[in-house]
Amino acid sequence: MLDQTTATITERTALKINPAKTCQPVGALYAALGVHGCLPHSHGSQGCCAYHRSQLTRHFKEPVMASTSSFTEGSSVFGGMANLQQAISTIFEMYDPEIIAVHTTCLSETIGDDIPTIIGKSQIEGRIPEGKVVVHCNTPSYVGSHVTGFSNMVKGFVKYLAASTGRRSEAVNLIPGWVEPSDMAELRRYTDSFKLPSIMLPDTSSVLDAPATGEHSFYPKGGTTIAQIRAMGDARHTLALGRWASQDAADLLTKQCEVPHEVLDLPIGLGATDRFVSALARLSGTAVPQPIEDERGRLVDVISDMHQYLGGKTVAIWGDPDQVIALTEFCRDMDMKPLHVLTGSHGKEFEARIKETLAGSVPDANVKEHGDLFLMHQWIKNRPVDLMIGTTYGKFISRAEDIPLVRFGWPILDRVGHSYFASVGYTGGLRLATQIISAIQERQDRDAPDHAFELVM
Amino acid sequence: MRKIAIYGKGGIGKSTTTQNTVAGLAEMGKQVMVVGCDPKADSTRLLLGGLAQKTVLDTLRDEGEDVELDEVLKPGFCKTRCVESGGPEPGVGCAGRGIITSINMLEQLGAYTKDLDYAFYDVLGDVVCGGFAMPIRDGKAEEIYIVVSGEMMAMYAANNICKGIVKFAVTGKVRLGGLICNSRKCDNEKELIEALAARLGTQMIHFVPRDNVVQHAELNRKTVIEYAPTAGQADEYRALARKIDQNQMFIVPKPLTMEELENLLVKYGLAA
Repeated sequence: MLDQTTATITERTALKINPAKTCQPVGALYAALGVHGCLPHSHGSQGCCAYHRSQLTRHFKEPVMASTSSFTEGSSVFGGMANLQQAISTIFEMYDPEIIAVHTTCLSETIGDDIPTIIGKSQIEGRIPEGKVVVHCNTPSYVGSHVTGFSNMVKGFVKYLAASTGRRSEAVNLIPGWVEPSDMAELRRYTDSFKLPSIMLPDTSSVLDAPATGEHSFYPKGGTTIAQIRAMGDARHTLALGRWASQDAADLLTKQCEVPHEVLDLPIGLGATDRFVSALARLSGTAVPQPIEDERGRLVDVISDMHQYLGGKTVAIWGDPDQVIALTEFCRDMDMKPLHVLTGSHGKEFEARIKETLAGSVPDANVKEHGDLFLMHQWIKNRPVDLMIGTTYGKFISRAEDIPLVRFGWPILDRVGHSYFASVGYTGGLRLATQIISAIQERQDRDAPDHAFELVM
Repeated sequence: MRKIAIYGKGGIGKSTTTQNTVAGLAEMGKQVMVVGCDPKADSTRLLLGGLAQKTVLDTLRDEGEDVELDEVLKPGFCKTRCVESGGPEPGVGCAGRGIITSINMLEQLGAYTKDLDYAFYDVLGDVVCGGFAMPIRDGKAEEIYIVVSGEMMAMYAANNICKGIVKFAVTGKVRLGGLICNSRKCDNEKELIEALAARLGTQMIHFVPRDNVVQHAELNRKTVIEYAPTAGQADEYRALARKIDQNQMFIVPKPLTMEELENLLVKYGLAA
């Protein structure tokens, strides 16, 4: 399918081929689903909303609800105010959410709709019922990526809702970054096991992994509540996981409510989870609970037992920056060699972080921010790898080059499990490690001649 | 920091008036930033002594999104800080979006420092689309002054701009600070603009007489205050700067209907 990709790399300035990112509103929509009783609203044409919903549904295999301002030719000429005002009235009347989270689109950004003015007018005109809330964030897709949109929406919730009453609580805010519902549940298990009162924003567990009960619920039981988001302003500390997806909201909590914060890597793999666990131990003032110590021990055990399959194996990694930074460190710690590391999002800091991580083991690794999968394919053609780790979009390269692919990140459109089994924490690391080891062993089995086809591996 | 936007009909003298007023404020020791919001990028020419400025959007186009503040913010007369948004060439692209992008970028780059007393936005002609209203969105400019003359179309434009202000004033903090009459020597001009101001619910904050020294100063790429500091016209701009500095009258305007506007013109302009 990708037979025409050439190994010769030429500099491209104006063309992306098979991009490794998508639009801001997808991220804003995902973040908004992590707030309880929230209806995400796309302020733009219907097609934007339809694509973003369907892309999330393909990944989670769950229905994704969102409304749209349904722009027409007229809205683009006269502005989208009338549409959004009508939408706010209709949504509260028909769908009765607790909160509407408006995100913009390229069209509304270009025509220059000022959303705070529209929300303010709707408030004055009584379109927003007592006790209900409308918040917003700006998500022009010609800036940043879907990760920027996620970050902007989380920041939007903080901006509109978080407030300090002057009394500090014992709670710690946890901004989990763009991770799976399973990951968010696992992060909560960590804070709970340290007996650390926490507020997590957003929280898509029990929303996008909701069980089949025979009854459809428009607003599943999960999600951060409005009261919790308000209380984030009184928390004593914020832990932001992932510089790209979480730092901005944590910064704003510091500015707006004087809640101090620290930014950690996503706790994916051994080292990053160690740093997360240390922070929890420090904040809770308690020792690491035995069950978590045990889980760490199991991960270390598997990595060392299976070193013969992992050591020296070359790997290509791509995806969103926060994920890829943590995963590259994990692969390095398992004695693998990440040769090609790429993200579709922007940020020079990404290249610096990856190069720093690989300085001792793969100093000549290919690293690129704002790259695309065409470049990744070319890198692989020039320097083949044993394994690829990344999103579903890599399956074409995997087939063309006959290299096994471990699916990781967003989106995964052709497998299940990611939304149910965590990748964060030590057990998540164990899941990732076993997926990687299995992929390598499968390939060894497939290629082994009869005399080397092992029963025991 | 007081954030002020200057609006008015194209060609009415917004940029000249803004820069001379800014020069007056700077002379008083005020820290002032001027943000030109016109694709022609001529809002800071007199303060900078020429059009040497690279605009925010040119820098964005040539160097990508990693722009440094000192690439786009240049020091002008009396330590004024000058920025031009710039925009696309005539006939292509979207100038309105350019202004949104440019102001967002200035905020990100930290151009609005705490030591500033004033930020001035000099905005192109009428408020033709959403982008040109960017400077009066909530949290941006809170005071508007409209440059106007006794000519029908200038007054018509001023009235239209007031309609724009009303839209944002309902929920935001933006208010009209007054009309600046830049004289075209029309009949009864002062009385006419005073009457228009009264009908809008505001004041004519200053009547700037017509004087050829303004043209001489422009040809020399200078404000009148720099070019001819002792001229009477320089004192007029100083007076305007002082009145703006001391202004306490900030209102939500009450725009007129077309018929009311025409009646006003007949009563004061033609009846004379």
